[in-house]
Amino acid sequence: MKIAIASGKGGTGKTTIATNLALTLANTGKTIQILDCDVEEPNCHIFLKPEIESSSPVTVLIPKVIEEKCTGCGICAEVCEYSAIAVIKGKVLIFPELCHSCGACKLFCPEDAFIEVPRELGIVEKGKTNGIRFVHGLLNIGELMSPAVISGVKKVAGESEILILDSPPGTSCPVIEAVKDAEFVLLVTEPTPFGLNDLELAVGMVRELNIPFAVAINRSDVGNEDVKEYCKREKIEIVLEIPDDRRIAEAYSRGEMVIHALPEYQKTFESCWTRITDLHENALQAGQHVKAATES
Amino acid sequence: MKEIVVISGKGGTGKTSIVAAFAALAGKKVLADCDVDAADLHLVLNPRIEHREDFSGGKKAKILEDKCIACDRCIEECRFDAIHYPILGNGKTADTPYINPIFCEGCGVCVRVCPADAISFEPAVNGEWYTSSTNYGPMVHARLGMAEGNSGKLVTQIRQEARDIAERDNLDYIIVDGSPGIGCPVIASITGADLVLVVTEPTLSGQHDLLRVAELTAYFRIPTIVCINKWDLNPDITEQIEEEAKERGVKPAGRIRYDNAITKAQIMKTSVVEYTGGAVSSDIKAVWQNVLYSLG
Repeated sequence: MKIAIASGKGGTGKTTIATNLALTLANTGKTIQILDCDVEEPNCHIFLKPEIESSSPVTVLIPKVIEEKCTGCGICAEVCEYSAIAVIKGKVLIFPELCHSCGACKLFCPEDAFIEVPRELGIVEKGKTNGIRFVHGLLNIGELMSPAVISGVKKVAGESEILILDSPPGTSCPVIEAVKDAEFVLLVTEPTPFGLNDLELAVGMVRELNIPFAVAINRSDVGNEDVKEYCKREKIEIVLEIPDDRRIAEAYSRGEMVIHALPEYQKTFESCWTRITDLHENALQAGQHVKAATES
Repeated sequence: MKEIVVISGKGGTGKTSIVAAFAALAGKKVLADCDVDAADLHLVLNPRIEHREDFSGGKKAKILEDKCIACDRCIEECRFDAIHYPILGNGKTADTPYINPIFCEGCGVCVRVCPADAISFEPAVNGEWYTSSTNYGPMVHARLGMAEGNSGKLVTQIRQEARDIAERDNLDYIIVDGSPGIGCPVIASITGADLVLVVTEPTLSGQHDLLRVAELTAYFRIPTIVCINKWDLNPDITEQIEEEAKERGVKPAGRIRYDNAITKAQIMKTSVVEYTGGAVSSDIKAVWQNVLYSLG
């Protein structure tokens, strides 16, 4: 089972839930893998403290001109939809940060004057902690294309019974890259107007992707009842509620796991997982497809 | 005219609540919500929309079924795995492939390789942006469509519009609410700004994420200051963060204490400085004074 932990709003507790769920399930003897897909600001390692065993660069292919072959015709610049190529006075200029690696310039060059070379966007690190296999990625500072690094994180993942993806916040390209092939999404929110607004956006996203999902409410007693009423109206299951507890906030601030600081929460995460597997099973039986890419 | 961008690295540290308070404290200004993935500032500032415009982040390819000869050239050349034969309701495979708009990056390669001229390529509407009036002054904001990308381009458009308004109305400040992370929309929010205010929290995650944001603003050479929200949650880490920030040329801009009034103000749809005259409001006022001082 591949589950993504996501949220429209940042700082709602995705990492707390992803890491504590991972450790809870590992303690029950399941083989667990956690992938930290927030490659801009990864935090899972702070809590799980994995021993990193290997590190590899994430690269994308960018074009390079073979000067001897280039006639300066300008077709490459014309076919580049991202303005990543300009041809000035017969000379090809490439702006690597803007390149999406679509291959158009190479494909349509009449002189076959392009080769593609790898360019590093970040790194992926693999390791282990408490029986959990751990992978995270780090986008290089100043780079724009975090989805490529997220894809790199997912590529090095191995087989396991349960794979937990900790998604970046938001609802656009990096989040879609993280959650698109998940079999279930847990949307984390908090019971405030900002939390509700961003939950609605995230629900729109997972519905668009046609992935079964449920909601977790963190700091569930700080705000008002609007999130719960929304979920009721939309028939969305709330599978986890974590109250606002200063002990949790303080443990979090020191990089401690909730289930270590407050062992009674192990049960909370266990029953949350039971609810999730039930809902996932129901969705499968109802025939909800999960491979959004093959849907029309 | 000075442009101040509020960002955070880690999400959910209080950016939007602080920007809303600045809206109430600053003199002649325009507000820009550049957290287009999960825009929340409008929930507090109650904008009255005066002008709306479609946003197009780029083109999207679409197969014209009556012209398609199912030669699969598009599928072979698409680097984004966006083109598939959909499985129909009756379990059969469709006769013509389908381009999933969620995964199409608008590179146009399929359009150009299609021998039957069977793929249309039109600007897609990915969202809307607005200029509005609020009780605090003009505001520019947006709504990105569900599961849409290209948020960087929308951010650039919002900032440009805010700049035009500031010049036209002879305003003193552009106050920008940014997004979490260090990737595409954040880079689009900060390039060329006069000052970045990073809002962080005294947790190991906040500390880790601040260091990456500080590297980013140093990379783009933007003067940066940092304020620590909920500082009393962990005074030791607060001090560590301030020290580490100073070593990187990022000056402390003040500390804001933990107070549930920030959540209550949000629920009352008002800024915290208008909601309470308490100590937390004094903290935020002091941060605003530091912003003004840093702008010189």
